[in-house]
Amino acid sequence: MAGVLETTRTRGGWYDELDGRVRVVAAALFAVVVVALTGFAQLTAALVGAAIAMVLAGLPIARTLRRVVAMDAFVVFMIAMLPFTIPGETVFTAFGFPASFEGFRAAGLIAMKTNAVVLMALALLSSFEPVAFGRALARLGMPERLVHLILFNVRYIDVLDREQKRLRIAMRARGFRPANSRHTYVTYGYLVGMMLIRALERSERILSAMKCRGFSGRLHLDTDERFGRVDGVFVAIFAPFVTGLVLWETLARVAAS
Amino acid sequence: MHIVDGALSIPVLVAGSALAVAGIGLGLRRMPIDKIPAAGVLSATFFVASLVHVPIGPSSVHLIVNGLAGLVLGWAAFPALFVGLLLQAAFFGFGGLTVLGVNTVDVALPAVIVHYLCVPAITRSGPRAAAIWGSIGGAGAIALSAGCVALVLALSGEEFVPAARLVILAHAPVMLIEGILTGAAVFLARKVKPELFVVFATPARGV
Repeated sequence: MAGVLETTRTRGGWYDELDGRVRVVAAALFAVVVVALTGFAQLTAALVGAAIAMVLAGLPIARTLRRVVAMDAFVVFMIAMLPFTIPGETVFTAFGFPASFEGFRAAGLIAMKTNAVVLMALALLSSFEPVAFGRALARLGMPERLVHLILFNVRYIDVLDREQKRLRIAMRARGFRPANSRHTYVTYGYLVGMMLIRALERSERILSAMKCRGFSGRLHLDTDERFGRVDGVFVAIFAPFVTGLVLWETLARVAAS
Repeated sequence: MHIVDGALSIPVLVAGSALAVAGIGLGLRRMPIDKIPAAGVLSATFFVASLVHVPIGPSSVHLIVNGLAGLVLGWAAFPALFVGLLLQAAFFGFGGLTVLGVNTVDVALPAVIVHYLCVPAITRSGPRAAAIWGSIGGAGAIALSAGCVALVLALSGEEFVPAARLVILAHAPVMLIEGILTGAAVFLARKVKPELFVVFATPARGV
């Protein structure tokens, strides 16, 4: 059974050959650079690059695009009013409020930034085997306890999601139908409360099991990943791409000033 | 409410990330290695709970339950909720990468605040009164989160002020739902397993 965090791949997936650190750093660097871009041309290049990276990841394209669209709902919420709140040259008037060209421009820029970052994150990160993601973060210097917290999450999100589904089936079997009522919200409250109680009891069993196996206050993160030839190839393509975006942006800003 | 990449101004992003790092650091100090299993399984529970959709009007919303997370985890809510947001951003593409710090503060800071406000009363009083304090915590955390999101948007630019107002308006029904829900969860936990509110309780004197 596929887990909550795992995405089944349809093809290839050669990113798994990469050192996990390279993927995390690449995705983070790309996000920081893209957020600072200010022109449509540069952002189009970034978006195309992200789209290519996504195709190469071998993720199911329809499902990935559905996720991007789901997130775009938040974007629309955020930017829908910008044309009316940023003053400038009027394009049209709706209900007596003028919509400005500058506002549409700002809204368009935000939408492109968001989509480029999300596409790249889905390409490089969502294709991770979740435990490998935790290890990569550890090797990048994330505090050990935080990494273990991530690894426990990765392990138990699936277990608890199945438990949640079982409890929901039990509720349905007893005739529970969700509706807009206080009863519904109270029932869901009991569901979450029950899950928390079981979680705490489960964690007590986990700790006993760990102690039984000689847990003495230290957890180990084993890794034998090395920066290899595939990483070299990836960096040789990715670094010029991001550097190019930065240079382009710098030139555009100089030209504008 | 997820804020997305690209909307916020750079100073807001930097300040949010710095606050998040400080909060996570404090949370990790309250989380010795033998409490990692409890913190891990509980934060996984909150992750799964946030995948649950409840009906609202003709539509549905997913739960946030950051109030409940604060009541149970205290300062440990910072790392726990951060991990949830990180995994959502990395594996679902929800939220964003550069806004991770801001989003963490927006949900975790209210969680810590309601912890200090409500947990003493929850552990002292009977289940019924505890449920009322739980409701206050659940609804209060959502109100504070909506306020934080609105503030962050407004600080990023004058032009986001109407969107910020809309955020607060949109969270009013969510506040009601999460208030009732958290109250019920606290009522149950207080009756069946009152230790839930003590595992990560803030120590009376420093760490």
